[in-house]
Amino acid sequence: MNASKYLIVGSSHAALEAARAIRMQDDAGSITLISRDTHAPYSPTVLPYVVSGRSSADRVSLRTPDYFQAEAINRVTGQALTRLLPAEQAVELEDGQRWHYEKLLLATGATPVIPPVPGLDRIDYRVLRTLDDAIALRDAAGKAANAVVLGAGLVGMHGAENLAEAGIAVSVVEMQSQVLPGYFDAQAAELIRAAFDRQGVTMKMGRRAQRVEPQADGCRVHLDNGEVLNADLLLVGTGVRPVTDYCQGSGLDLDQGILVDDHMATNLPNIWAAGDVAQARDFYSDAKVVTGILPDAVEQGRIAGMAMVEDPALQPYRGGVPINTYTFYGQQAISVGISDTADTAAQVAVDFDAERGYFQKIILKDGRLQGISAINAALDPGILWQLILRRTDLSEVKAEFLAQPLETGRRLMSDTWR
Amino acid sequence: MGTAYNSITFNQAKCDGCGDCMRACAQAKAGSEDLIHARIQILAREDAPVELAMCRQCGDPKCVSNCPAGALNKNPESGVIDWDANKCVNCLLCTVGCAYGGITFDAAVGHVSKCDGCDGDPACVKVCPTGALEYSTAGSLYRRISEREDLFVPGLSACQGCNSELLIRHTLRNVGSNVVVATPPGCIPGMGTVGYNGRTGTKVPVFHPLLTNTASMLAGLKKQYNRLGRDVTMLALAGDGGVGDVGFQSLSGAAERNEQQLFLCVDNEGYMNTGMQSSGSTPAGSWTSTTPVGEAMQGKRTDAKNMAKIMMMHNCEYVATASLAFMDDYYEKLDKALEASRRGFAYLHVYAPCPTGWRFPASDTIEVCRKQVETNFVTLWDFTPEQGLRFTRSVERPAPISVYLKQIGKYKHLDQAQVDHLQRRVEDQVRSLQAFTHMSAAG
Repeated sequence: MNASKYLIVGSSHAALEAARAIRMQDDAGSITLISRDTHAPYSPTVLPYVVSGRSSADRVSLRTPDYFQAEAINRVTGQALTRLLPAEQAVELEDGQRWHYEKLLLATGATPVIPPVPGLDRIDYRVLRTLDDAIALRDAAGKAANAVVLGAGLVGMHGAENLAEAGIAVSVVEMQSQVLPGYFDAQAAELIRAAFDRQGVTMKMGRRAQRVEPQADGCRVHLDNGEVLNADLLLVGTGVRPVTDYCQGSGLDLDQGILVDDHMATNLPNIWAAGDVAQARDFYSDAKVVTGILPDAVEQGRIAGMAMVEDPALQPYRGGVPINTYTFYGQQAISVGISDTADTAAQVAVDFDAERGYFQKIILKDGRLQGISAINAALDPGILWQLILRRTDLSEVKAEFLAQPLETGRRLMSDTWR
Repeated sequence: MGTAYNSITFNQAKCDGCGDCMRACAQAKAGSEDLIHARIQILAREDAPVELAMCRQCGDPKCVSNCPAGALNKNPESGVIDWDANKCVNCLLCTVGCAYGGITFDAAVGHVSKCDGCDGDPACVKVCPTGALEYSTAGSLYRRISEREDLFVPGLSACQGCNSELLIRHTLRNVGSNVVVATPPGCIPGMGTVGYNGRTGTKVPVFHPLLTNTASMLAGLKKQYNRLGRDVTMLALAGDGGVGDVGFQSLSGAAERNEQQLFLCVDNEGYMNTGMQSSGSTPAGSWTSTTPVGEAMQGKRTDAKNMAKIMMMHNCEYVATASLAFMDDYYEKLDKALEASRRGFAYLHVYAPCPTGWRFPASDTIEVCRKQVETNFVTLWDFTPEQGLRFTRSVERPAPISVYLKQIGKYKHLDQAQVDHLQRRVEDQVRSLQAFTHMSAAG
């Protein structure tokens, strides 16, 4: 049987960060990275830019070509993980090969959720999760005239913008009443939606695709209000779910994702999970959540790697904070922490100027920052993230912070953790 | 393996918030007077210390880890985090990773910007009028030195946090193996350099003279080597007692005869190896086991003598002071001292705060070293007969002595009068040394 001291399944941010953390402490122990994908490691986040042509598909690798050799990291590509054999400390891959491990990290990421829309299974629709998806979408966009995008999350919105910029008539269909739910409140989302409107993208909010019908040159999408949209390109961007099919019968605790503790350890010995596949503690509650965001994948990957190599500097995970950045039509949107609250004890300060496309919302509670979301406002998201995680008391500088979060944040940083 | 790099350093206490650094940066990087382009952002406010936001060129950069496009990379040569405009997709996830406000979106140019260190010649440092910003080259020095062999054996038993071990290891790496080392009684042989179990603690010849005869033994050895036609460096690694008290007679004699040797004093202000007794280098007010604190006595009653100044008055080939918080300065002086020791007597006085004997946390040693210099308690200078005395680090705008004293347990009991006395003593010493800078050549 093949064997690797550290076996890492996956090859994006969480996996690569874990490998880095392991090599910091153990420069000799064998590390093997197994991936379903055959390309050099890349980030799902870069894919919309491959579609738009901003990034070329052969230049998006997260590591230089000589990195794996220099760090003595072995790679197995084009092989999905099919089975866990915890009793034997081994895994089985697609082609039947088995790998024995001393420590195993599951960083298998997520895969698109395909909504149960009747007729969808008979359509050659596009998704955007892998580099091959991106290349296929880019090629399809070159031939299309009318596109429908299902879902106004990050994938859907990026996809819509890319397709519209390529000269295609685009409609976005979103079940919820706003774009990017979870990252922005209704007011901010409206500002973003309006920008798409102005660019000629048709935004169908609060609408559901009821059925899809194949056509000779594409498909016809029937909405719940009776409207019918013709599309020669259909992009499904209705979210993702963790890839856990290989866990069946292994005894691994699963919920939406693989349940992990604050060291990213699963319930089984010598198995860790990190990134989009993991379900870890939420920062704001004791619940466990799948955050599915890049900075968190990096953080979780580093913690898992440090735990696997028994790095004495390991600090427990501080909890998942929703955090994202989103650029659209040259504008910048940032969201760190919660973007909306029903808590009456929270203080909410909103600064909004539709004319300038400016929005800034700060949510404080008990003098602590809970969340900040902004469009076209200069902020340091990394500093704000730290203020939330550290539960920094802002009571004494509250007025100042609300008026000038950028400068006050920097001053607090320089004074507190520099 | 991690490695060290040159870096821009910021001393908050020296910054007056003038903003020249920001103007220089905006000009250098964007050809603009608009400070929004400055990649160094100082935050000045009345009655508050000046704060700073800029790229730290982190060793484990989160901006790089967060970049989905491979557009950010830590340059293994310069240590700078390089940004590749052709790969950047403007997603701003790097700004999420940075906890220091070091990489930010510049709306005027439409992409993120960060400090690139100006290729090792930072524009901000050059214009800083107060010396708050400096460009430390210690990193490249460490890299250079790390390529040389450590000539001490592993496992010397110095106390935790001891900077003498750091100092002697660095020193011998730089001096090389063509050397005879003398380590008179003190912490340096005490930690095992002269040997144990019948073997030496060095990979070069080493011997253990008496406290009294180090300089004269080295002088004799050197004469014999010269007679044999071999050019070998004579190096003494001595404590302040072996230099200024018991060892002074032979030291002074060797200096007066201009013997070819490099005499290095590791000054921890007392006999720390034998139980923290007071020496001639112990400053006034210090608690030691022979200058206790109680009803009759409040630490040492007399001031320390300034051994470096005394050696300068011997008109040696080279005399210098150094601190381990300023390694680049030390290495420059070590090179000069080595060169001078081929011609005659060279003396290096290195200040060596002692966590065990002075009672401060082992992790604070270098910070204590730094505060010694920043308060002028220790001044960094060198001397040659031709050049006279020259400060190698400005003595202008020192921090008050209390900033230094409060870190250290042996000064814990000091009353205001004692603090005032030490402050006066510091100022007197600086004035006295400044007078020597005005003389073209001592003689």
